[in-house]
Amino acid sequence: MFIIGELINGMYSNIAFALKEHDKKIVQACALEQISNGADALDLSCGPASKNPLVDLPWLVETVQEVTDKPLCLDSSKPKVIEEGLKAARNKTIINSTTADIEKLEILIPLAKKYKSKLIGITISAQGIPQNKDQRLELAAIILTHASESGFSIQDLFLDPIVMPVNVAQGQIKDILDAIHEFKMITNPSPKTIIGLSNVSQGAKSRSLINRTFLTMAVASGLDSAILDPNDKELIDILITAELILNKNIYCDSYLEAYRKK
Amino acid sequence: METQLVLEKWPGVISAVSIGALKDEGGSRSSVVKIGGQTTMPLLFKDGNIPHKPKIAFEIWDIAPLDFDEELTSAYGKAINDPFTWAEICVKDYKAELLCLKMQGTHPDFGDKTPQEAAKFVSTLLNRFKTPLIIIGSGDDAKDNLIMPACSEAAKGERCLIGCAVQENYKTLVASALADGHNIIAESPIDINIAKQLNILISDMGFNLERIVVNPTIGALGYGLEYAYSIMERARLAALSGDKTLASPFICFVGQEAWRTKEAKANPQQGIMWETLTAASLIQSGADLLVMRHPKAVEKVKNHIETLFKK
Repeated sequence: MFIIGELINGMYSNIAFALKEHDKKIVQACALEQISNGADALDLSCGPASKNPLVDLPWLVETVQEVTDKPLCLDSSKPKVIEEGLKAARNKTIINSTTADIEKLEILIPLAKKYKSKLIGITISAQGIPQNKDQRLELAAIILTHASESGFSIQDLFLDPIVMPVNVAQGQIKDILDAIHEFKMITNPSPKTIIGLSNVSQGAKSRSLINRTFLTMAVASGLDSAILDPNDKELIDILITAELILNKNIYCDSYLEAYRKK
Repeated sequence: METQLVLEKWPGVISAVSIGALKDEGGSRSSVVKIGGQTTMPLLFKDGNIPHKPKIAFEIWDIAPLDFDEELTSAYGKAINDPFTWAEICVKDYKAELLCLKMQGTHPDFGDKTPQEAAKFVSTLLNRFKTPLIIIGSGDDAKDNLIMPACSEAAKGERCLIGCAVQENYKTLVASALADGHNIIAESPIDINIAKQLNILISDMGFNLERIVVNPTIGALGYGLEYAYSIMERARLAALSGDKTLASPFICFVGQEAWRTKEAKANPQQGIMWETLTAASLIQSGADLLVMRHPKAVEKVKNHIETLFKK
């Protein structure tokens, strides 16, 4: 599982404060803690607190790559903000994200190619959030077709089925799991799959338990990557165990430790 | 249309282990034997890098051999009764790159040598021959815990390969290897889960994973070799996929297993062939280091390795 740490986000008060005061230490400590707990990449988002994301995202990029060479996931709905982040990046990058709207695909796919970045495609469009599996597959097909016609490597594409909160759209969660499974079968080579895990428990009371259970089920559906809180040790333990049960790693009594030594 | 070969690219790499330390490295060996370091499955030269050929160590003991087949003893003549002359034949006549010394004479039932006697033997051997050395205990855990620290200390700085650490008894050996700068053999009973666990236990003591050589335990041809093959293959696939806890080179005690079989003992030529074919099969499984007994079998396997690696 490719783990993307979600904690450098301006919607968290410590990061909002760091962005306001340009305090590098807070951001760097947050980056290093996530990496030591198993993050393979770090999501960087200015969040709603940022008045000037065109400056703030590149600042986050520069701040984080002073302490790590792990890939950076540049999180913004505005292509211009993403491009400023890409310009600042020396580390590998993942664009987070494009929707299935043609006007966005036409900007972000060339941008990903130009900066040799990977790309997350969310199966959502200007018409709204898909209501079932088939709508997700249709949107996935649009993204895949566009990427393939533009000469973008499908293996560098992550498809996100857009996870909905279980207390809002309970009927959709199984469709989301099925979509993860079926995204892998649309093309050969298949795209990678990704979710923003915490969405599933947004507004719910037992957030941690819901996150852990959903992640296990998503892993069993063939999930390749997740944006999550790597500092939740039990969540990561559950993830490692789920992958063990799926025979992705060889068992030994200290398999949790073995995974972390990798 | 020409068939296109599917080439596999792996993210992982097998640890490269150096056995023997030269003078400028703090030892007194005349050469260093390097194993491991490959980034592909055995012999798939086009898929990745295979920097080192499989190496052969001649097995010698600290006493005259006890249960060797007549064909084996006659290959060395009467000299085999004196361990130093036995070693000399291996080094001078058969150009051994590596010696594997088994401290059989320290076993309570086969001489019960003291740690001091064992250490003196190792020192003398290291003084007389400048070949890199593997040192293994007699297999009696309690006695090995007494003699191996003494042998390890006697060889301090020579970067030997010492063994065998097992899941129930590894701490003393690891502590010695750490203190004296040696590599270590981690032995598991044809069990990949225990092999992985033991590597973790050893590394938890502060020992570098990259200095472990795994003895997966093998069976000779016709005696479960295929079980060893599948364990080695599975470990290698995991290691090349990125599992560092299984990325150790393999040492296989070929001579000991091959010459136990009734087929090897049936007639002289068959024994040599049994050892040769067991070794050749294990090279296909990914063996990096073969511990062998009969000089003729060694010669055949060496030639076989040269042929396999001919560019």
